[in-house]
Amino acid sequence: MKLTLSATIGICLTALFVLSAIFAPWIAPYPLDLAVGGVWEDPSSQYWLGTDTIGRDILSRLIYGGQITIFVALASSLLAFSLGAFFGFLAAVKGGWTDQILSRIVDMMMAIPSLIVALVILSVLPLNLTVLIFVMGILDSTRVFRLARAVAMDIAVMDYVEAAKLRGEGQGWVIFREILPNALSPLVAEFGLRFIFAVLFISTLSFLGLGIQPPLADWGGMVKENKDGLIYGKAAALMPAAAIAALAISVNLVADWVLGRTTSLKGGRGG
Amino acid sequence: MHPLLKLVIQRLALGFLLLLVVSAVIFLGVEALPGDTAQAILGQSATPQALANLREQMGLNDPPLTRYFDWLGGVMTGDLGKSLTNGADIAQAIGQRLGNTLFLAACAAVISVPLALILGLIAARYAGKWPDKVISAITLTTISLPEFVAAYFVIYLLTQVIPLFQPVAMVFPGMSFGAKLHAVALPVIVLVMVVLAHMMRMTRAAILNVMQSAYIETAELKGVRPMQIIWRHAFPNAIAPIVSVVVLNLAYLVVGVVVVEVVFGYNALGQFLVDHVTKRDLPVVQAVGLVFAGVYIMLNILADVIAIFANPRLRHPK
Repeated sequence: MKLTLSATIGICLTALFVLSAIFAPWIAPYPLDLAVGGVWEDPSSQYWLGTDTIGRDILSRLIYGGQITIFVALASSLLAFSLGAFFGFLAAVKGGWTDQILSRIVDMMMAIPSLIVALVILSVLPLNLTVLIFVMGILDSTRVFRLARAVAMDIAVMDYVEAAKLRGEGQGWVIFREILPNALSPLVAEFGLRFIFAVLFISTLSFLGLGIQPPLADWGGMVKENKDGLIYGKAAALMPAAAIAALAISVNLVADWVLGRTTSLKGGRGG
Repeated sequence: MHPLLKLVIQRLALGFLLLLVVSAVIFLGVEALPGDTAQAILGQSATPQALANLREQMGLNDPPLTRYFDWLGGVMTGDLGKSLTNGADIAQAIGQRLGNTLFLAACAAVISVPLALILGLIAARYAGKWPDKVISAITLTTISLPEFVAAYFVIYLLTQVIPLFQPVAMVFPGMSFGAKLHAVALPVIVLVMVVLAHMMRMTRAAILNVMQSAYIETAELKGVRPMQIIWRHAFPNAIAPIVSVVVLNLAYLVVGVVVVEVVFGYNALGQFLVDHVTKRDLPVVQAVGLVFAGVYIMLNILADVIAIFANPRLRHPK
């Protein structure tokens, strides 16, 4: 596969984000939660990106925040993926009532914007990482379900699937050994888009104060902490905002490239 | 009955049914989650006797289905109950704010729809050339930004770098229309940025799709100018997909408004919702959630109906 310029940029940036998240404790110059300087100091050789609303080093918080943002987004998109792909394949293979019921449930879930559903649910449940990952993962699995079902529908009528059924293989074999390997490439491209969606989702929730709670920090929450500085001309809130944008754009570039080489199927961003 | 009318009525009935199911999910689904309303009001230190009294008073001891139908009956007659935190009437509070939300969304729609169509036409006309590439690069960027990120970049640019606007958007009853427009300028710019990209990309795709038809080639061969071809031949045939994408994005706008309202401290329904989620004021959250879901579902049905009118092929289901 030939790399395009935009794909190269995307891959390098994505790798940079992931690596700095993994090695955060070694890279970050200061601890996550320690006031080391004055309030909203400008970038200097000591604090590369300046300090935040209570004098913590922004670069260090960005690095640690990336860890949480990427971890939560990855976990929830993996969950969305496993759920969506499994039920999507099941609906395609079983057909009939199973398909009808699953598809109608998904239609209904998609009839309300996920942010609204998430807000209603989060007004009752405690705000912790597990709850957030599950809420986001389940809400987002609907899009994967539609794609997986559509892809599997095309594969389910192939001769080799028919042959497997005729030789008496079980449901599990047909789903995991016949359909899954052949549906993998469009699904992998979709994974990138789901990951971006999860990054935007968790950032938005944290920004609204309903996502990651202090003392943990993520990028959306950092924008919230520092937003008041903008009125005084302090750009601190723009650093985490730029990080969210850069991560989303670079993963998008990679996903676009993969998508362009595999299939025309696409799930879309949606509400 | 006219077949078209029948189809439209079918869609409306389907939408109503969907809204009913959604209301059940919002009420019963949330009931099923762990959490105790009485405890939420009185706090952790409440005596068991006080809890029992409050539960009795609020009817929390009735079975969930009974309470759901009570609630639904109230919703039908415009009685959404009282807020847990300050006892205010919810229907009244929503009424005061819904107008502000719709005003914001409408301003964004009025600007973004024509702009998206024009940019889409230009991108399709110069497909693969530099105007198309520039437009595509910009839209790919804005599509990757969550609303609040776009918002803070716009705020920084237009209040600090070039001080044109105030970073807060407040609208009061009795404000003149012009003053209102000036107040919402920044949030509207942000909303336009967020929805523009998707609409413009779909317009471009729909037109390019039609451009491959034989009659376009005929028009080209008889020497019609490119912009004329797009305007007279391609656009009318691409209207159906474009209209449905436009309306779907308007539905998305209604949700995008929630975040933008919080950013600008705009006193409307979205901020009201987020405030009460933070306060864990369940009756308010359920009512506002239902309003947002209702508007969203309505716009989706509108998209369906317009698509049916615009494209005769959809009138005859296989």
